[in-house]
Amino acid sequence: MEQLIQQLVNGISLGSIYALIALGYTMVYGIVKLINFAHGDVFMVGAFIGFYSITILDLGIFPALLISMAACALFGVLIERIAYKPLRNATRIAALITAIGVSLFIEYGTIYIRGAQPEAYPNGIVPLKSIEILGVKISGQSLLILAVSIFLMILLQFIVYKTKIGKAMRAVSHDQDAAKLMGINVNNTISATFAIGSALAGAAGVVFGIYYTKIEPLMGIIPGLKAFVAAVLGGIGIIPGAMAGGLLLGVIEALVSAAGFSLWRDGVAFVVLILILIFRPAGLFGKNVREKV
Amino acid sequence: MLKINDINVYYGNIHALKGVSLEIHPGEIVTLIGANGAGKSTLLKTISGLLKPKTGEILFEGEHVAGKVPQLIVKRGISHVPEGRRVFANMSVEENLELGAFLRKDKKAISEDFEKVYGLFPRLFERRRQLSGTLSGGEQQMLAMGRALMARPRLLLLDEPSMGLAPLLVKTIFRIIEEINQSGTTILLVEQNANMALSIASRAYVIETGKIVATGTAAELGQSDQIRQAYLGGH
Repeated sequence: MEQLIQQLVNGISLGSIYALIALGYTMVYGIVKLINFAHGDVFMVGAFIGFYSITILDLGIFPALLISMAACALFGVLIERIAYKPLRNATRIAALITAIGVSLFIEYGTIYIRGAQPEAYPNGIVPLKSIEILGVKISGQSLLILAVSIFLMILLQFIVYKTKIGKAMRAVSHDQDAAKLMGINVNNTISATFAIGSALAGAAGVVFGIYYTKIEPLMGIIPGLKAFVAAVLGGIGIIPGAMAGGLLLGVIEALVSAAGFSLWRDGVAFVVLILILIFRPAGLFGKNVREKV
Repeated sequence: MLKINDINVYYGNIHALKGVSLEIHPGEIVTLIGANGAGKSTLLKTISGLLKPKTGEILFEGEHVAGKVPQLIVKRGISHVPEGRRVFANMSVEENLELGAFLRKDKKAISEDFEKVYGLFPRLFERRRQLSGTLSGGEQQMLAMGRALMARPRLLLLDEPSMGLAPLLVKTIFRIIEEINQSGTTILLVEQNANMALSIASRAYVIETGKIVATGTAAELGQSDQIRQAYLGGH
């Protein structure tokens, strides 16, 4: 029993990371109907920026987290402006192929610049101590991941539902022309969406580095794909869906490992993807919304 | 107030508006009538900046606005209620109205305008917390109009406000259009229901395959045999 709860805790920590990445996928999809396959690589870049902030600039994890988020936000906006914006009216497949190209460009650009060797986040940088509840040990890293992700998700909810830019984002994702008629600047709103999504990926990169220690230039591929699965699982384009999908996927993986099939961990995510596409293609939170016309 | 001189608009290779000119004076209700596909909505979209004319000019209160982005045009004082209402179905009535005032910063005046819109459309006040996708067609039309009014326009463009509505509701909507006009907003009304449109308009233009083919006071056009046969189902 304790073993099971322990695994659940691990699953939730891992799932929070997936959820943070999945949010960026889902927000971008919601607004420009593009699966941004370069999103996992923004996560990787975030992990490296966090790493260099801690090791070279000698900063604590929270300043490093902020720097990484800010840099990734900017990076995301640049990607959108340079690679995707010229294709705004092109076919969706053209944009999708471009996204794959951008992803490879970032991966191998990073290798070109700094080499392919992995790095390790230093130990003992987490200010939180591990705690024990009912015989279950929750590490400081897990607590940090949970605290950071819960805080960011609440912040995101606030931005999306209560602020002007959030309302503009929802309006543009629903109907771009109608949004224009309200005086909303659609280009800026799309940039803001990329900025927010990429900042979350950057944060996920830093907490991933703190939790798993090892980072390398191709580290974004698998978590990126799994976060994509999480976004589809929750219902692509639906923000609470990405959160739930990420957590659920993390827990499923942890339970599969706990059951002794840890080699199957990575495969399970894709089994989940296939099952959801067969039985509930709109995702867990997706409804076939019937709107009166 | 609005003066359109000889504009040409294309959709790709299709020449949708062919040298259209039109003028609206302050305080008027002007209606544009014509069959499906004649270019009525295209003209409204060009005025509000969703489409750019290839040639020709649009002057609003003396300023050139042709080809400007919708954001600037809304700011100048033109609001467009698009065909099919296009409310933000995933948001509440209140949020839709807030978005109508997106470019405004005068909080106090905005809350006054909320009162005004709710006064004009009491139904929207009753349903202000409801998702707008769950409203009936007539309520969505009211919301689309209320949302446009939240920008405090001096010129309101209405595209087919009666579309798909029951006759009784059409009457209500037209009564409200007159009310909006009487409180000082100039209106350009696009309608297929030409009878209703002519009954509240002061002047009218008739558009056929991208060209203005007739213009005059609403009374004149209402009596013209040609117009009656083509658009009014008259005898």
